[in-house]
Amino acid sequence: MNPRLFVSRDAGALALGADEVERAIVLAEQRRGLSIEIVRTGSRGLFWLEPMIEVATPEGRIAYGPVRAQDVEGMFEAGLLDGGPHPLRLGRPEELPFLKRQTRLTFARCGIVDRLSLEDYRAHGGFRGLERAFALGAPAIVEEVVGSGLRGRGGAGFPTGIKWRTAAQAQAAQKYIVCNADEGDSGTFADRMIMEGDPFSLIEGMTIAGIAVGATKGYVYVRSEYPHAIEILRRAVDIARGGGYLGAGVMGSPHAFDLEIRVGAGAYVCGEETALLDSLEGKRGMVRAKPPLPAHKGLFGRPTVINNVISLASVPIILAEGATAYRDLGYGRSRGTMPIQLAGNARYGGLFEAAFGLTLGEIVDEIGGGTATGRPVRAVQVGGPLGAYFPRALFETPFDYEAFTAAGGLIGHGGVVVFDDTVDMARQARFAMEFCSIESCGKCTPCRIGSVRGVEVIDRIAKGERGAENRKLLVELCETMKLGSLCALGGFVPYPVLSALTHFPEDFGIAGGDAEAA
Amino acid sequence: MTVFEKWSEARGREIIAAHEALEGATLPILHALQEVFGYVPREAIPLVAGALNLTRAEVHGIVTFYHDFRERPPGARVLKLCRAEACQSMGADALAEHAREKLRVDWGGTTADGRLTLEPVFCLGLCACAPAAMLDDRVVGALDAARLGALLDEAGRR
Repeated sequence: MNPRLFVSRDAGALALGADEVERAIVLAEQRRGLSIEIVRTGSRGLFWLEPMIEVATPEGRIAYGPVRAQDVEGMFEAGLLDGGPHPLRLGRPEELPFLKRQTRLTFARCGIVDRLSLEDYRAHGGFRGLERAFALGAPAIVEEVVGSGLRGRGGAGFPTGIKWRTAAQAQAAQKYIVCNADEGDSGTFADRMIMEGDPFSLIEGMTIAGIAVGATKGYVYVRSEYPHAIEILRRAVDIARGGGYLGAGVMGSPHAFDLEIRVGAGAYVCGEETALLDSLEGKRGMVRAKPPLPAHKGLFGRPTVINNVISLASVPIILAEGATAYRDLGYGRSRGTMPIQLAGNARYGGLFEAAFGLTLGEIVDEIGGGTATGRPVRAVQVGGPLGAYFPRALFETPFDYEAFTAAGGLIGHGGVVVFDDTVDMARQARFAMEFCSIESCGKCTPCRIGSVRGVEVIDRIAKGERGAENRKLLVELCETMKLGSLCALGGFVPYPVLSALTHFPEDFGIAGGDAEAA
Repeated sequence: MTVFEKWSEARGREIIAAHEALEGATLPILHALQEVFGYVPREAIPLVAGALNLTRAEVHGIVTFYHDFRERPPGARVLKLCRAEACQSMGADALAEHAREKLRVDWGGTTADGRLTLEPVFCLGLCACAPAAMLDDRVVGALDAARLGALLDEAGRR
C-alpha cells in the first residue's frame, strides 16, 4: 500500500503556507521515486500548529506541525512516512491536550476525512442520520430535533426544532431550507471550517431538514469572503448529486431535495436572517419586520427554515445518536456542544468544541493559553462585533446563553477574541459604532443615524470634551439603539460600547473604579 | 494576476442571459459581470434592469448597497486587508496604516501606476492566524511588517 499523507487544506492552513508545503511534499516524493497518496483534509482546528500534516502508520496517524516548505526535505530524511522522530513531530493528534479535552460531535470528521470523498464520509459515520430520518418520518424528525435542545448556533439561540415545527405546519406548494453561511462575525470561523472540511455534513443536515418540513429546495448563502468554502461546497453538491444523495429521489427514497450555492456580496447585515432572504431574492439586504416569521413567509414569501451552518451540520449526529445523547451534554438551557473559536491574540488559537458550561477563564487562560504576544489578557470580546467586551473580573461566567446574557453580553456564534493590555477600549467602542455605521442596512433610524452620532460622541469623549456629559449621552444613545432598532445590528452594538465603558472606564477618561460617573 | 475584459455590450448581454432564469438572479448576475469586467460597468445597469424587470434605480441601489461591487475597474491586482477586531488585536491597524502610506492610497484606491487596488475587508475567517489578508485569490495569515512588505513587493511587480 502506498504511504498516505494527510495535508490540511483549510483556508487557515493555506494562509500559513499549506500550498507550499504540499508542493514540497510532491517534490520530495518525485526525488525519491515514491508514490504517496496525499489526502486533502480540512483542519483539526489547531491553528498555531498549521500547516499540520499527518501520516498514516500502523499505530494510527502521527502529526507534524507547524510545517514550513523548507522543513519537508528534512522530515522525509527523518523518516516522515514511518512517523519517524523530528523536532516538528507532535505524536498522535488525538492525544494533543487541546484536542483531547474536546467533545467533537459536529466537528467529529473535520480535519480527519478527505473532505470530498463520499466513501470517507460514510466510513466515518456519515449519512447515518439521514437513514434514521427516513425511518422516523417527518413529524418524528422534528420532535427529535426539538428534544435535542439544539438552539440556533448563528447567535440568536432560538430553538431549531421549534423553527422546523412552525415551517412543517405551514401549508404551501413550495417550501425552502436556507442555510445562513454569512459568517461575518470577526473571531468566528466554525462555519468556514465545516464547509471546507466536512461539507457533506451540512448537505446531510439540510436534506434532513427538507424531509422534516417538506421542502424540496435548499440554498446555502455563503459570504464572498470565503472563496475556498464556496468552491468546496459547489464541488461537494455536485458529488452528492452524482452519488444520489441530492436530487429527485434522495438515496432511492421518494424524497426530492436539491441544493444551490449562492454567494453574498460583502454586506455584514445579510447575516441577519431576513436581510439574507431579501438578498437571496436579489434585492438590497434590508431587514424585514417580524412577523411574519420566515417559517410562515420566508424566501419568495414561502415557508422557509433558515438556520446557521453549525445548527444544520449538527443535525446528522443528533439524528444518528438520538436526541437524548445530545441533550445530556451541556449546561442549564444550553444543551449539546458549542464550537468555541479562540481568535485574535490567543496563544493557542483555534476551534474548541465542547459541551456548554466551561468558564470564560478556562477558555481563555487554560485552553487558549493567554495571549500570543505573551502580555497580560486585558479584555476578550465574545460573540463578534456585536458582543460585549469582558474584563478578567467576569472570567467566572460560564459559557451558556443565559449566563452570558445575565453578565451583559452574548455568546453569539461562539467567537472569543483575545486582546492584550495594549488595547485601547475607547477605540474599540468607537470601532463598534463605526462598523455599525458602515454596515447598517439603513432601514431604521437608531441604527443608521445613531451609529454615526455614536462615533462622534466617542470622539468627543476621547478629546476630553465635556466628558461626563458626553458619556451620559453615549449611554442614552445606546439605550435608544437597543430599544429602537429592528434587528441585532443596531440593537446589539450597545453591547461592545457599553461593556467597554462600564468595565474599562479609565480608557474613557474616568478614574479607575468610577464607572458609575458614566 | 487577473486579466479583465473591456466592457462590451454583447458580452454583457451574454452574461446576463446566462443567469437571468435563476430565482433571485440579481446577485449572481452582478457577480458574473464583475468577474469578467473587474467591476459592474455603468452601461450594464440598464441591461440588468431590463432583463429582471427592475428599474435602473433599483439596480443601481443594489450595486451600491453591497461592498463587493465596484463601480470602476480595479488595478491589476487587488489586496484586501482585514480590519476587523481579531486582526486588530494582533496589530492590523498599524499594518494597514503602513500599507496605505507605502502605496499612497486610501481604502478602495488604486496606486498611481494602476498595479494595485487596496480594499478593506471585515473578516476573512482567518481569525486564529491574524492579521490576515488576501491578494487576489490567495489568503495570507500571520502578517507582520516583513510579510506585509513582501506581499506589497509582490503585488507591485509587473
